[in-house]
Amino acid sequence: MAPIITVQNLTRKFGELTAVDGVSFEVEKGTIFGFLGPNGAGKTTTINILCTLLSPTSGSCTIDGHDCLREASLVRKSIGIVFQDNTLDKELTAYENLLFHGYLYDIPKTERKQRIEEALHFIGLYERRTDPVKKFSGGMKRRLEVARSIIHQPTVLFLDEPTLGLDPQSRSNLWEFISKLPATRGVTVFMTTHYMEEAEICSNIAIIDKGRIIAQGSPEQLKKSIGGDVIYLKTTDNTRAMSTIQQALGLSAEERDGELFISASRGDACIPKLITTLSDAVVSVRLQRPTLNDVFLKLTGKAIRPETVSEGDELRQSIRSYRRKFDRGKS
Amino acid sequence: MLRATLNAVYVVVAREMIKFMREKGKLVSTLARPLLWLFLVGGGMSRLVSPDMGIPYTQFIFPGIIGMTILFSSIFSSISIIWDKEFGFMKEMLVAPVPRFSIVIGKALSGTLVSTVQALLIVLLYPLLGLDLSVSQILLIALVSVLLSFCISSLGILIATFYESFESFSVIMNFIVMPMFFLSGAMYPVKLLPPILEIFSRINPLTYGIDALKYMVFPEKRFLTHDFPLSLDIGVIVVASVVFVSLGALVFERRK
Repeated sequence: MAPIITVQNLTRKFGELTAVDGVSFEVEKGTIFGFLGPNGAGKTTTINILCTLLSPTSGSCTIDGHDCLREASLVRKSIGIVFQDNTLDKELTAYENLLFHGYLYDIPKTERKQRIEEALHFIGLYERRTDPVKKFSGGMKRRLEVARSIIHQPTVLFLDEPTLGLDPQSRSNLWEFISKLPATRGVTVFMTTHYMEEAEICSNIAIIDKGRIIAQGSPEQLKKSIGGDVIYLKTTDNTRAMSTIQQALGLSAEERDGELFISASRGDACIPKLITTLSDAVVSVRLQRPTLNDVFLKLTGKAIRPETVSEGDELRQSIRSYRRKFDRGKS
Repeated sequence: MLRATLNAVYVVVAREMIKFMREKGKLVSTLARPLLWLFLVGGGMSRLVSPDMGIPYTQFIFPGIIGMTILFSSIFSSISIIWDKEFGFMKEMLVAPVPRFSIVIGKALSGTLVSTVQALLIVLLYPLLGLDLSVSQILLIALVSVLLSFCISSLGILIATFYESFESFSVIMNFIVMPMFFLSGAMYPVKLLPPILEIFSRINPLTYGIDALKYMVFPEKRFLTHDFPLSLDIGVIVVASVVFVSLGALVFERRK
């Protein structure tokens, strides 16, 4: 299948700093693509270039066959974006926010109302459509943003940390909603996240660190690439079990904290063999499969962490109250 | 392209109008400033200023107070661009498939609308000052108000494009807006200023707007009325508007 996003040797410098350094990747149509990396790795810069907010220093990228630099307006028509920071107008109602979006994307008048109402039903906010957005919770705002980003029927949807700062329940609701998009609307999803378990829904993942792509593949491939599963085994006599495993199964085992630690490419298939071989000596056995978090840790040397949401929110909160004071006092 | 532009201009203007209509308290507080200046400052000063200068002081400052209303409401309206940047809505518009200069046009038009309405509300106070304005005078004042509002709104947009956060707000207020007001001939004739300050007055577009308003309020030439030919006033406002809007649009169209 032809890729819907192609990025070739993309580089962006900010003065001395190279935020994105020769990045290349492709995203296939109708898939969910995960773009992962620690803070400051170049994720948002890449997204900003793809959605025509920034121009690259060198390299090129296309979306749906349109060059992001030279055919910006065609690219803008075919994408929908949910930025990391909320971009709703909080003074306006939910309906007005979607309506203005409809105008900006020139949704035909005959369809505008119907599409907006459908989207509002879809995210379960129809009843609240005439409430100003400032009265909404974080999760509701996020859902509204996602709804807004798809009412013009984009071919590619960018989601930059869509679940940042949401409670676990809102997060899982939102993902349930997002994961349906490729199938129900034929949308290709390009997402970034700090929550590795959320990246499991991706069909493909690219990991970026210090501006460079350091690994690419499906979640399964990535997990395999750092070695397979790990079996933890407790036996009545660990030393004897170790040599038995070595001789009978050709697997090397190490002892750690009274447990045997065995690496195997397919742990689930290995367990029955171990039990048969060791029979009565087995006290307990557990299987640990590598998570994307392990992949990330191994490749970047850093655990991925959400940005300190509370601080940012606090700052924004104080900005808001300051602004209100200001408006009242001076205007 | 034209359709997209018109749609975007509509969105920007409609959004500002909705907010203007919803925030009644803001309108009251915006109108409070010119009223304070007109009656408290003007009323007090009129006791100090000798009355044999042709017209009473409160009448003299009336065009200046109309200009002040336009100055503040236009600048406040344009500066909402900084809030939009700070609070994200600007991004929604920047990634939309619309020409970015349409945002500038839309903001300038909504600033013009809001300011003209407010200026006209102040104009309607004329009987309280013992002035007698004909309907045609009021219409001409409205016309000048539209031109001046567009000019100052465009200037505000240009200023706003250089700032990313509202923390710069007090800088804009103290170093641009207040000096513009004081050096505009609103409170005293420009020709009474020391030469060095008169230079600043002459590069201040508000000076010409207020001068034009003085023409409309006082059709007869007296000591305290207009300082420049009307054609110069209108010419400067129009040229400045075009320059400000074009520069603003240029800055907006440029991708970082």
